[in-house]
Amino acid sequence: MKPAALICALMLVLATLPAAADTSWTVDELMRSLAAAAGGRVAFVERKSIAILDEAVVSRGEMRFTPPARLERLTREPSEESMVLDGDRLSIRRDGRHFDLELRNHPQAAALIDSIRGTLAGDREALEASFALSLAGSRQAWRLDLLPSDPRVAEIVLRIHVEGSAGRVALIDILQADGDRSQLRFTPIDRSE
Amino acid sequence: MKRRPVIVVLWLLVLAACIAGTVRTRFTADLSAFLPRTPTEQQALLVDLLRDGLVSRLLMVGIEGADGDTRAALSRRMAETMRGDAHFASVNNGDGSHADAERRWLFDHRYLLSPAVDAQRFSAAGLGDAIGHTIDLLASSAGMLVKPLIARDPTLETLNVLETFDAGSGPGSLAGVWASADGRRALLLATTRATGADTDGQQAAIAALQADFDAARRQLGAEGVALLVSGPGVFAVDARDTIRNEVKRLSLIGATLIASLLLLIYRSATALLLGLAPVVSGALLGIIAVGLVFGEVHGITLGFGITLIGEAIDYAIYFFIQGTTRNRDEFWRTIRLGVITSLCGFGALLVSGFPGLAQLGLYSMAGLTGAMLTTRYVLPSLVPAGFQVHDVAPLGRRLVRPVLAAARLRLPAALLAVAAVLFLWQQRDRLWHHELSALSPVPVAAQRLDAMLRADLGAPDNRYLVVATADSAELALRRAETLAPALDRLRGQGLIAAYDSPARLLPSRHSQGLRQAALPDAETLRDRLQQATAGRPLRPSRLEGFVADVAAARAAPLLGPSSVDGSVIGLALEALLIPQQGRWRALLPLSAPRHDDGDHDLDAAAIATAIADAGVPETVFIDLAEESRQMYAGYLREAWSAALGGVTAILLVLLVALRSPQRVLALVLPLAAAVALITALVVLAGERLTLLHLVGMLLVGAVGSNYALFFVTADPADGLPRPETLASLLIANLTTLCGFGVLALSSVPVMHAIGVIVGPGAIFALCFSAMFAARPRDDPGAA
Repeated sequence: MKPAALICALMLVLATLPAAADTSWTVDELMRSLAAAAGGRVAFVERKSIAILDEAVVSRGEMRFTPPARLERLTREPSEESMVLDGDRLSIRRDGRHFDLELRNHPQAAALIDSIRGTLAGDREALEASFALSLAGSRQAWRLDLLPSDPRVAEIVLRIHVEGSAGRVALIDILQADGDRSQLRFTPIDRSE
Repeated sequence: MKRRPVIVVLWLLVLAACIAGTVRTRFTADLSAFLPRTPTEQQALLVDLLRDGLVSRLLMVGIEGADGDTRAALSRRMAETMRGDAHFASVNNGDGSHADAERRWLFDHRYLLSPAVDAQRFSAAGLGDAIGHTIDLLASSAGMLVKPLIARDPTLETLNVLETFDAGSGPGSLAGVWASADGRRALLLATTRATGADTDGQQAAIAALQADFDAARRQLGAEGVALLVSGPGVFAVDARDTIRNEVKRLSLIGATLIASLLLLIYRSATALLLGLAPVVSGALLGIIAVGLVFGEVHGITLGFGITLIGEAIDYAIYFFIQGTTRNRDEFWRTIRLGVITSLCGFGALLVSGFPGLAQLGLYSMAGLTGAMLTTRYVLPSLVPAGFQVHDVAPLGRRLVRPVLAAARLRLPAALLAVAAVLFLWQQRDRLWHHELSALSPVPVAAQRLDAMLRADLGAPDNRYLVVATADSAELALRRAETLAPALDRLRGQGLIAAYDSPARLLPSRHSQGLRQAALPDAETLRDRLQQATAGRPLRPSRLEGFVADVAAARAAPLLGPSSVDGSVIGLALEALLIPQQGRWRALLPLSAPRHDDGDHDLDAAAIATAIADAGVPETVFIDLAEESRQMYAGYLREAWSAALGGVTAILLVLLVALRSPQRVLALVLPLAAAVALITALVVLAGERLTLLHLVGMLLVGAVGSNYALFFVTADPADGLPRPETLASLLIANLTTLCGFGVLALSSVPVMHAIGVIVGPGAIFALCFSAMFAARPRDDPGAA
C-alpha cells in the first residue's frame, strides 16, 4: 500500500529527528507528535495474562490506523481475525463469523479500545474523557500513564501504561481490575513488506 | 286517493321494528369485507394468519429530523414510556435494554438450545478442539467478550445460541439505537396487544404512540422532528377513517344535492318529505336485511345508501308526477318491471365472493323492494287531500324538442358507441388491473412509507413462506427442523438469502432430548476434560462450573412453547409457530436475495420443487403475492360470470314482460352503447378497470333499464313518453347522477369505481334511450 508506506517513511524520519532543545516535554507536545505521526501500519505482539489460564496467550499481527477514527487490527496468530473500529462501530470477523458492536453499548470495552486509538491518534480530548494523564521521561523515551477517571472504566481498568519515542508508540500495557493484563508491543513494519 | 289507515299503521310498526333492529346492528368499517373471501382453505387459513397473527400487530416507527443524538434520545424516551404502556406487548429500539434477560435465558438453556451439542462435541477430542478454539478467541480482540463465559461455558455454546438467534439481520445502530442505513431515521419496532383485526385497539395504540412521541419531544425540547408510523394497524385505522369520513361527507353532499334538486322541481317541502318516506323505509329494511344475513353492516354498504336514495327516490318522483295523471295500472306495471330488472342486476352481486359486495347487493335489493312497496301501498295513503306537486308537464314539453333534435344525431351517437367498443377491444390487454392492491384504499404515499420503514428495519415482508402444518407444536417444530437442510442448500445455491424458523427459537423436544442424551455425566465429563486440556494452559479444576451446569442441563426439563411465554423470545416464536383450529403451523419466511437491479423475486418453481423433494409432510411453499394475484384473477372471473348472469336475467325478464325480441333489443342496445361509452371514457382518462368497474357496468344496465322501459312502452306517435313522464325521467336521472356521481369523488377505490361508471353511465343511458326511441316527424322510417 503506497500511501501507507509513505506515511511509515515519514514516521521513521520524524522519529529520528533530534529532540527539541527545550527540556519540558509536555502532554500537549506528545499529543502533537503522536498526531503528526499518526497513520500507517505497525506490527504488534500482544501478550495477555488471564487469571483462568496458566500461561499468557500471545497473538501477533498488524495494526493500521487511519486518522481520525479508523483502527484495524489484523491478527495472524494464533488464528486469523480482523477487527475494525470505525468511528463508533466495532466489527470483528473470525472463522467466517461476523460480530458488529456499537461502542456506546459497551462503554467499558469502548474505553479500552479508545485508549489505544486515542493514543495512536494523539487525541488528548478522547483520552481525557475517561482517563487522567501523567507523562514522564524525555521526548526520546516517554512514558504516559492513563488512570481511569470515569468510575465505569475504573471497574475494569486499573491503569494503562504507554511507552514510546517521539511520535511512535512502542508499548501499551493494560492492567485490568480483575488482575488480567494485556501488553501490546509495536514495531514499525519494514518498508519492503 | 283512497286512504287506508291500516296500511299506514302497519308501515309505522314495521319502521319502528326496523329502527329498533338498526340500533342493535353492528357496524364495521374494516377492510376485510372488501377483500375476497378466499377460495381455498389453505389460502383462507393463511389470510387469517396474516390478519390476526403477530405480523398484523407490528408497528414500524421512524423518527426523522434534528440530529442523530436527538433522535436517539427521543427513541430512548419513547421506548421507555411505551414499555410501561399496556397498549404494547413489546417495544424494541435496539438499545439492548431487554437483551440482558434474554441473554440470561439463552445462557441458562444453552445445552438444550445449541445446535452444536452432540456426542462428538462432548467427547474428549471434541472438547479439546472446542477449548483450544476458545483459548484462541481469548487471545483475540473479542477476548474481553468471552472471558466471563469460559469457566462455565468453555465450548462457548452461548455464542452458538446467540448466533442462531441473531440470524435475522436487524437494523444498524446510530448513537446506540436502531437507525436506518442512511442514518437519517431512528427506528423502533412495537407490537400491539390488540390484534390486527381489532381496529379500535390499533387506533388506541397508534394514538398512544403519537402521544408518547409528543411528550418525549416536549421533555427533550426537540425541534423539527417528525414521527413516521406504518404497519397493518395503521393501514386499517386510516382506511376506516377514510371510509367513515367519506361515507359521511359524500352522503351529505349527495343528499343535499338531491334534496335541493327536488325542492326546485316540486316547490313543496311536503312533497320532499313524502318522497323521503320510501327512501327511509328502503334504507332501514336494507340495513336490517344485511344485519340479519351477515351479522354486521359495513360502512361502505351504508355509503352506497346514497345511491339507494338516488334510486328509491325515483319511485316517488314517478308517483308524484305520473301516478296521478297516467293510466295507473300501466304506470305501476312499468315501475314493477323496472324494479325487477334492478333486482336482477343487484342480485348478481349477491353471489359475489366479496362479502362487502354481497352486502351491497342484498342491501340494494331489500332497499329497492321496500321503497317500491312503500311508494305503491303507503304513499297514496300519506298524501294529504288536494296535494299537488308543481306541474312539470311544461318542463317535459320543453324537453320534447331538444330530444327530437338530438334524435337526428343518432348516427353519430351510434358511431361513437361503435368507436368506444372498438377502442375497448383494441385496449383489451391493458384494460384490467391484475393486482388485489387495486382495491386497497391505502394511498400510494402510505404504501411507500411502509416499504421504506420495512426496508429500514429489515422486517420480513412475509411474501415467501414455507408453511409446515402438524397436529402438535412439537411435530410442527420437528417438521421445521427437517426442512432446515433443504433450506440451507437453497441458501448455499444463492436461491434464497436467508430463512427464519421457529425451531431456531425453540428446538423440538425431540432435538432437545438428543442434545441432553449427548451430555456426559459429571465423572465422565471430568475424565474427558482431563484429556481435553492436556497441553493447554487451562486446568480442568477451573471448569467445575461447567461440569455443574452440564449436570444440571442433563436433568433439566425440556423446553416447550410455555417456557418462553411473555418473553421477547416467546413473542418472536408466536409469530412463527401458530396454533390454529386445533393444529399448529410452523412458518418459515424466506427472504429473496438482493440483486443489483433491485429485483427481489425468488425462483419460486425451483424452491417449490426443493421443498417438495424434502418430503416433509403437509408442507407447502407459498408466494403470497402470487396467491393474491391468483385470488384476484379468480374474483374477476367470478364477477364476469355474475355480470353475465345478471344481464341474462334482465334480458329474460324483459323478454317475458315485453313479449317482443325487437322491443327488448330496442331497449337494450342504447344501454349497451351507454356502458361502452362510459367505460371507454374511464379508460381514456387513464384508469385501469377493476372488478368494481364491472359491477358498475352491470348497475348501469340495471338502473338504465328503468328509464328505457318508459320509452319502449311509450306513445308510438313520436316515440316519446308523455311530457310529464319525460320530465320525471330527467329528474330521476339527475338524482341518480347525484347519488352515484358523488361516489366518483371518493378516494376509496371500491366506491370510486362504481360511482365513476354509474353516475355518468346513467345519463348516457337516458340520452341514448331517448335518442333511439324518439321518432322525429321528418324521419318516419326510423324503427
